[in-house]
Amino acid sequence: MPDDLDEIFQRTEEEPSRRDFFGSVGLAACAAAVAGSGVVTLDYLRPKVLFEPPTRFRAGSPLDYTEGIVRFNKQQKAYVVGAASGVYALSAVCTHLGCITRFLSDEKCIACPCHGSRFDLEGNVIHGPAPRPLPWLEVQVDAAGSLIVDTSVVIPHGKIFKA
Amino acid sequence: MSELSVNSLWIRLRDSAVYRSIVRHGVTDTNLNRSLIIFENLFLHVHPVKVREKTLRFTHTYWLGGITTACALVLTLTGVLLMFYYHPSVPQAYKDMKELTFVVEDGAFLRNLHRWAAQLMVFSAFLHMLRVFYHRAFRPPRQFNWVVGIILLLVTLLLSYTGYLLPWDQLAFWGVSVGTNMAKEAPVVGEQVRFLLLGGHVVSENALLRFYVLHCVVLPVALLILLSVHIWRVRKDGGVQGPAEELETPEPREVP
Repeated sequence: MPDDLDEIFQRTEEEPSRRDFFGSVGLAACAAAVAGSGVVTLDYLRPKVLFEPPTRFRAGSPLDYTEGIVRFNKQQKAYVVGAASGVYALSAVCTHLGCITRFLSDEKCIACPCHGSRFDLEGNVIHGPAPRPLPWLEVQVDAAGSLIVDTSVVIPHGKIFKA
Repeated sequence: MSELSVNSLWIRLRDSAVYRSIVRHGVTDTNLNRSLIIFENLFLHVHPVKVREKTLRFTHTYWLGGITTACALVLTLTGVLLMFYYHPSVPQAYKDMKELTFVVEDGAFLRNLHRWAAQLMVFSAFLHMLRVFYHRAFRPPRQFNWVVGIILLLVTLLLSYTGYLLPWDQLAFWGVSVGTNMAKEAPVVGEQVRFLLLGGHVVSENALLRFYVLHCVVLPVALLILLSVHIWRVRKDGGVQGPAEELETPEPREVP
């Protein structure tokens, strides 16, 4: 029977029938719809508004930070440290697996409670397992003269802010 | 006298239209009816109708797959009961844990049962994998079921991990901080995976809700589907395989 149809419509083997053509168009449309809904679902799962603490915070006057002063900001998880030539800010998030480190004032070092990493006051690793030093964060001063630290901006290690 | 009436009641029930509409196989103890009991039951039909007696011996499989499945069943039941008291929100989640442990009747028992069954499930799934490995049951024709089993082990570990955050205590918080930071270290997609998993950049209320949905809906459904395939595949591949030497050396024939 199909042979007769082939004869009537003068089809050759290479030429797909109209039904085959529409079949593959339909299949492609379904595949496109599935792929599209996959992309849309992934986008749906990505939150657009986050109610997380702001990355910028005020850290007081530069004059507060004489050499050796370390202040920890709990909400933004950062240290603001006074150095001989100015002020710098360090992330308090351990570079190993993200626990919050703590400044030990009697030992003058920063220690992580989770796996025992230790850092000096410039963020350098003095004891593993942390693989990288603590990132330095951007420090600026606003019009009123108070320090602004931005935890989302990482600056090169050792770049001390001079007021 | 009373036994007689119970028996006649049973016969009346068995012959009733309602019972006959549910149970279709006959009552006589024939091979056909025994087969039909398995075939016509949704829950039993994934199993074979007949198995070799030796496969039922404890040392054949150490019943490890069965223990894992039993754990999954206990976890489902206790998990659903725990859900009646649990709100996946901050800080209510932690308060609910306290309430379950100290106030709710049998709450501490159910929580502990859920926790211990979870530990046992991971442990027995792992031992089950070792058993299959050492019995060389991963080889053809069972290679597909081995892969299904590996995915099941991953789903089990993910269930265990997502459940870890739900009490919202210090252990949970830091456990998930550490775990999602491990995910972040994956090349290229790591950062995105962590963001999607947590629903943000930090372990927060979004993360708690996401882990809750994964733990209570997405992963259990995945487990149910894969487990069904896994058990059905055992039948399709010729039943459970015990120690490999049983395959290679047939029973010595008795010489008269």
